[in-house]
Amino acid sequence: MKLQEKPVTVNNAAAVPPRLEVTALSKTYGSGPSAKCVIEDLTFTIGTGEVVCIVGPSGVGKTTLLKCLAGLQPATSGTAAIDGRTIAGPPAEMALVFQDYSRSLMPWLTVRKNVRLPLRHLRLPEAELNQRINTALEAVGLAHAANQYPWQLSGGMQQRVAIARALAYRPEILIMDEPFASVDAQTRFELEDLCLKIREDFGMTILVVTHDIDEAVYLSDRVVVLGAKPARVLDVVDIDLPAPRDQISTRALPEFAEQRTMVLSMIRKPA
Amino acid sequence: MNRKLTNWALGVGTPFLLVAAWWMFSENSTNTFFPPLGMILERFQALWLFEHFESDVMLSLRNLVVGYALATVIGVGLGFVTALMPVARWALDPLIHFLRGIPPVALVPIFISLIGFGIEMRLVSITLAAMFPTLIATVDGIRSVDSTLKDVSSVYRLTRAEKLAQVYLPAAGPQIASGMQVSLQVAFVVMIASEMLGSSQGIGAMTLLAQQSFMTSDMWAGILLLGVIGFGANLVFEVIKNKVLAWYVGSKRLARS
Repeated sequence: MKLQEKPVTVNNAAAVPPRLEVTALSKTYGSGPSAKCVIEDLTFTIGTGEVVCIVGPSGVGKTTLLKCLAGLQPATSGTAAIDGRTIAGPPAEMALVFQDYSRSLMPWLTVRKNVRLPLRHLRLPEAELNQRINTALEAVGLAHAANQYPWQLSGGMQQRVAIARALAYRPEILIMDEPFASVDAQTRFELEDLCLKIREDFGMTILVVTHDIDEAVYLSDRVVVLGAKPARVLDVVDIDLPAPRDQISTRALPEFAEQRTMVLSMIRKPA
Repeated sequence: MNRKLTNWALGVGTPFLLVAAWWMFSENSTNTFFPPLGMILERFQALWLFEHFESDVMLSLRNLVVGYALATVIGVGLGFVTALMPVARWALDPLIHFLRGIPPVALVPIFISLIGFGIEMRLVSITLAAMFPTLIATVDGIRSVDSTLKDVSSVYRLTRAEKLAQVYLPAAGPQIASGMQVSLQVAFVVMIASEMLGSSQGIGAMTLLAQQSFMTSDMWAGILLLGVIGFGANLVFEVIKNKVLAWYVGSKRLARS
């Protein structure tokens, strides 16, 4: 197979209107001679209802990128925008699932109350509130654990609580930062399929950061490949795998192997 | 289960044995400073149940409870302000650390000269001295709230009030509770000291008066009562703490096993 030669900032989102647009984004920590440039000139877009994965070597600044997208940190230059509006603080239509589930859940709240916490200020009618919580907990298969505390659950279950919390919030854009990095392989497959199911059921636009290339190819409509330090977009790869995807048959397709090899060789290629 | 029972028996049995030994060895004591335990208990009953109960015991306890409650509210409140407002932090941090360096009892004479010998002086002394451990623990607790939890609160756009009450306060809860426990001890010490230094009422005053008039049994009875109150106060505190911080106790127990 042959690597396509493409200019580095081209993306293939022509078909779908862009929902999330990152334009020439860069992030530098500190200033002067000790300044550390983490992200340099990132440009890509994500269309409505797409699942896009960002892959890249570890320590390349993926988490920093997500923090900029989530409005937790200001970009040094360039912009990230939702529907053309520049992100200045945490956008109302976005939810973020953090990598470290053990630190992102409130240990003093039960599973149900954790899911409920972000909904309080939305002032929903009680019936809708409960319905949202129940739907979210059922979607992640945790309805039975609603009254337990996060620390009584396994790692995979805790991450599912974090996902349920995001689901109940009903974001239009769901961002996940290496969400399945610290769960066992079996749970990981389940959570990946859960992620695809969410897109089907709730029509969310989903952005997943991962260092697992197989996972990226399996989940995505497109994969944004980051490379080198500071992070730059090496390429945006369209993944043409049939839907619905299936852990066994999709991963057995020759196209799957082809596309993962393509992404992998791009990452390992010296910049 | 059996082991638990043994430990419990040890915990109850040891003090019981010691009291029994005290009783036996002091029974025929003629030493003025170490009267027989029987006599002490007699005086205990005569003094505290119920002759001076209303006038002195309740008075001391009321000062303790009110002073401690004020200290907790002010300590936690100031702790939040100090931890969350950069200006307050820079302005107050050194001051707090200077003031807490002063032994709490040493503050009592200042308040006697400023406010006099009344109940107000005792309350102010208890409140001020007991405030610092809670204040410092609150500041530390809030500053060490996990950055991920702060990010979560921001991403889900929690209101400021929600962040304070639903995230910062519970997250700092275990540390605040530790501070409050120290504050309770300080409040207790200062309660007695404030009575001993400038009062004719209260358990501390009664005990000191007994000592000065060579009524040794009365003095011992006072000390016994103070021990019982201190023990009881701490017990009540532990029970409430374990209830409020059940999630913390539970998660720690699970992490150990």
